[in-house]
Amino acid sequence: MKVGLFIPCYIDQFYPQVGIATYQLLEKLGVKADFPRQQTCCGQPMANTGCEQDAKPVYRHFVDTFSKYDYVVAPSGSCVYHVRKHYDVVEQTGAVQHVRQSTYDLFDFITTVLGVTELPGRFPHQVGLHLSCHGQRGLHQANESEMTPVREGQLSRLLRSIDGLTLTELNRNDECCGFGGTFCITEEAVSARMGQDRVQDHLLNGTQVLTGGDMSCLMHLEGIVRRRQLPMRVMHAAEIFNAALDGVARTSVRVGLNDANGTTEERPIKVTI
Amino acid sequence: MSHPQRAAAFISDAERTTWHDETLWFVRQKRDKAVYGIPEFQQLRQLASDIKAHTLSRLDEYLEQFERNAQANGVTVHWAADAAEHNRIVLELIRKAGATSLVKSKSMLTEECHLNPYLVKNGIAVVDTDLGERIVQLREEAPSHLVLPAIHLKKEDVGETFHLHLGTPKGEKDPQQLTEAARQHLREKFLIGEVAITGVNFAVAETGAVVVCTNEGNADLGVNLARVHIACMGMEKLIPRTADLGVFTRLLARSATGQPVTTYTSHFARPAEGREMHIVIVDNGRTRQLGRPDFRNSLKCIRCGACMNTCPVYRRSGGHSYDFTVPGPIGAILSPNIDLHKHSSLPFASTLCGSCTDVCPVKIDIHAQLYKWRQLIGEQGELPATKKLGMKLLSSVLARPGIYRLGGKVAREGLRFLPHGLTHAQALNPWAKARELPAAPKQSFRDWYAAQVK
Repeated sequence: MKVGLFIPCYIDQFYPQVGIATYQLLEKLGVKADFPRQQTCCGQPMANTGCEQDAKPVYRHFVDTFSKYDYVVAPSGSCVYHVRKHYDVVEQTGAVQHVRQSTYDLFDFITTVLGVTELPGRFPHQVGLHLSCHGQRGLHQANESEMTPVREGQLSRLLRSIDGLTLTELNRNDECCGFGGTFCITEEAVSARMGQDRVQDHLLNGTQVLTGGDMSCLMHLEGIVRRRQLPMRVMHAAEIFNAALDGVARTSVRVGLNDANGTTEERPIKVTI
Repeated sequence: MSHPQRAAAFISDAERTTWHDETLWFVRQKRDKAVYGIPEFQQLRQLASDIKAHTLSRLDEYLEQFERNAQANGVTVHWAADAAEHNRIVLELIRKAGATSLVKSKSMLTEECHLNPYLVKNGIAVVDTDLGERIVQLREEAPSHLVLPAIHLKKEDVGETFHLHLGTPKGEKDPQQLTEAARQHLREKFLIGEVAITGVNFAVAETGAVVVCTNEGNADLGVNLARVHIACMGMEKLIPRTADLGVFTRLLARSATGQPVTTYTSHFARPAEGREMHIVIVDNGRTRQLGRPDFRNSLKCIRCGACMNTCPVYRRSGGHSYDFTVPGPIGAILSPNIDLHKHSSLPFASTLCGSCTDVCPVKIDIHAQLYKWRQLIGEQGELPATKKLGMKLLSSVLARPGIYRLGGKVAREGLRFLPHGLTHAQALNPWAKARELPAAPKQSFRDWYAAQVK
């Protein structure tokens, strides 16, 4: 299985630790990902601003970069959603179709492709999960409150399986944080207010570590946490799992093989230095 | 003024913003509770969406069928191509009836056509009889919500308005007292109303009847006391059969307020003995929207307001920030069809979170249409020059890995070494008004990868 690691532009430049955690976490789960160095961005910033035409060269560059992999994995549901949903405006060559189908959010990949729904390790903190709208409503990685009262999803399941970790019960489980790409600049007042309200919900309900699968939401929320000097740490979920797995006594994890029989096998967890 | 400017003005009153957000979130939660209780709710949404899709695909046939059946019932049917023609038709009917005053139950279409100011200018006294509508009418404001027109006002505001216009004691803010004052005031108006105007929630093609859903019974009272009933409807209000109605009434009130059904679901099929009934069918841009495949679905809207209650932007910016008859997410996809230039900031008044699409009882892909309007606005040169230029520049950087690497390094180094006061100057950097920028690392991920992984 050839896995290409897509580290979105803003993570590459401003949150390298999230890229590193993603790479190491995959490695611990037995996946040696490759990072093609000519990669840049998925093109979403332009397209969401109404400049889809300008984004097309970026789409083609993305496809050229990643079409040789079986899977493309990124620690950002929003970018993945963009590739899957909005790369419909370039010619649908075999390469484009392949890339659209095989680009996965990290936790969707871990859950759906690797078949891992529980992880060993310890992280003794109260963790507040911020659901990214594109991951949740776009990629269906979690239940939506518009449809059902059951609060369940890929990431909350993985987090709950970590020893010592308690999940915050929020007043509003899946309200948008207000980042929204260039929205955070053009609608600064609404964006900031939405972010402040989200952070407040976590603060009121005891979150010590604020996490999520999408670093763009977290960048915005972290900006507010740091401005207000709130007693809360912001970490991408890949960082939590990577840290939790570091001290693991267990050496293997049960992985589903995605075959018709639902077979599973024990895979060794590689411990990194 | 654009949406961001009006929204910022609304948000500057932090306490009122909190109250507005929480009030509408409460309605959203009531909606959730009602929805969770219906196991087949998602099937109902699909069915409603399909019925509307079918109806829109044969709108011409159904409109003519509706007209024939309404005429057979003794109703006069009028056609209006636009708002101006609609207003002229209504005025003419009022004059023909020799009337100088009328009562009106809730109708977003007449708001859309700006009927009230037109009639007032022509010497007709108009009284909106829906309580919320009456409040905003007295204040000379536009409704700020489809279903809850005065939701931007607190009871203290209403008390002040009623003190000024209805003579309630100064400082009276008890909802019961205020409602009673409105009731007495409206009774008088109902009794002297010669003409009653209603909106239309559904028009049934096979019977020629119109259906009006209210919680206050004001449509019934108005129509039954007046000599002439004028029902004004957008041409997309049709459903084929009476049997289809149940699908929509089950969805409408649950989505709007969390009620199982509106208090009154009134069917108006024919005029009573010695009275008149008219139906005015209005296009006003709907045919144009029908001709846009990407946006056709927006005509399925049954005006429940659920997308407003769920929209985190609407809840924090208020209905007036949209400056369009229909505010919120649905307004943001309807308004560019009417005037792309004037409303070009509305499709951007969204994070594209998709919650609107998920609550929509007729499954309009609202957030996908917002995205598509953005592209059209970009193509038609309606984006601010800075945005357009910035995106062109960004695109040329992101299509060239070498320039991207260099640009990223320059940005990081800049953040690391420039003074905080400069990088966070609020005049230059809107992000920094309420947020810190990320702490720039020395090394990018790709630098790390190059050093670690051979």
